[in-house]
Amino acid sequence: MKRAAFLDHVSWTGAGIVWTLGAAGVLRAIPAEAAASHTGGFSFVQISDSHIGFTRPENPDVAATLQKTVDAINALPQQPAFVMHTGDITHLATPAQFDAAKQILSTLRAPLVTLPGEHDVIGTPANYFAAFGNADAPKGWSSWDRGGIHFLSLVNVFDFEISGKLGDEQLAFAENDLAAQKASTPIVVFAHVPLFALFPDWGWTTIDGTRLIAALRRFDAATVLNGHVHQVAQHTDGNIRFATASATAYPQPAPGTAPKPGPLMVPHEALLGRLGYRSVTIEPRRGLQYTDRALA
Amino acid sequence: MRSAFWAAATLGVVLGGSSPVPVAADTSEVDTAHTVHIKDFAFVPKRLRIRPGETVRFVNGDDEAHTVTAVDKSFDSAGLDSDRSWNHVFAKAGTYEYFCELHPYMKGTIEVTR
Repeated sequence: MKRAAFLDHVSWTGAGIVWTLGAAGVLRAIPAEAAASHTGGFSFVQISDSHIGFTRPENPDVAATLQKTVDAINALPQQPAFVMHTGDITHLATPAQFDAAKQILSTLRAPLVTLPGEHDVIGTPANYFAAFGNADAPKGWSSWDRGGIHFLSLVNVFDFEISGKLGDEQLAFAENDLAAQKASTPIVVFAHVPLFALFPDWGWTTIDGTRLIAALRRFDAATVLNGHVHQVAQHTDGNIRFATASATAYPQPAPGTAPKPGPLMVPHEALLGRLGYRSVTIEPRRGLQYTDRALA
Repeated sequence: MRSAFWAAATLGVVLGGSSPVPVAADTSEVDTAHTVHIKDFAFVPKRLRIRPGETVRFVNGDDEAHTVTAVDKSFDSAGLDSDRSWNHVFAKAGTYEYFCELHPYMKGTIEVTR
């Protein structure tokens, strides 16, 4: 699938929210060539939902598609400051699956940052922490400054009830952390499950996400980047922009187009067009922009 | 309902032979087999009544991975991939509520009565 068709495909309307792409002031997709020409600007990459260990016909070789994603990122003319994996690195959270994922992700040229999805903490988060634990994030969540942006990496799968959940302790951390930032500082928040009500019927929301959203309202520009739903879906709420990312493993149906969420079978030749990564750039006058790029 | 296939698989476990599915350590004394099928993101039957000491086999017939996890955490299948099954012996009488950790709206109950 061509990139234009890919972008076309991800524009849809559902659940009473209008999803837009490329609209003024919303999320602009810029051509890869243009992104590459802006050398010197700060950039990072988001990847998500690799499900290492998944073997079903929807994608019998998830290791290969993750490696293909890594190779594409490594080939970018300007290497990103870091690559953020927004969870579901593995399918069943076994040590062997974490090992396999780590081997592939260790071939990234850029530094890797991760957060867990619900598939990474099945039964216990211990295997995730053993493989991808970070001293700067002893409980899984953390914040840092880079390239003029304040980043917040959150975990909304530790108490995975019907939907994502952040919990009081983490919300207090996020609220205190954000309170210390200037309103003019661009904020980027990462979490696995969408922090807004994308499609609650399928659990595609975070039940206490509204508290975080309230803390983001005073900022001139906040961007919330999630995974979990294996497709690009975008939403704007005041100065807060939300966007879920494509998976590197397999697509899922658009909300409400199937009885339940789950792996979506597409023709073999169309699969790479439904998988991809997101590159994000920020420049002084243009602000934060990103491009969702399919693997084919 | 209990199919010949599952009865055969159960027998394999009893005899210590190789089994086509991963089984938990607590399945050595299988006398009566009950099966809960996982299909279309639901446990079927949603409520099952058994006697103490009986075994329930949970079979994942979905394309998606699931778990069989007690609300009180007294049992947990861990990740149960498509076409896999997991056995659990319910030794004591009681009402056991369980759910899928990956899709928590999937709920079921095992009622163990004398």
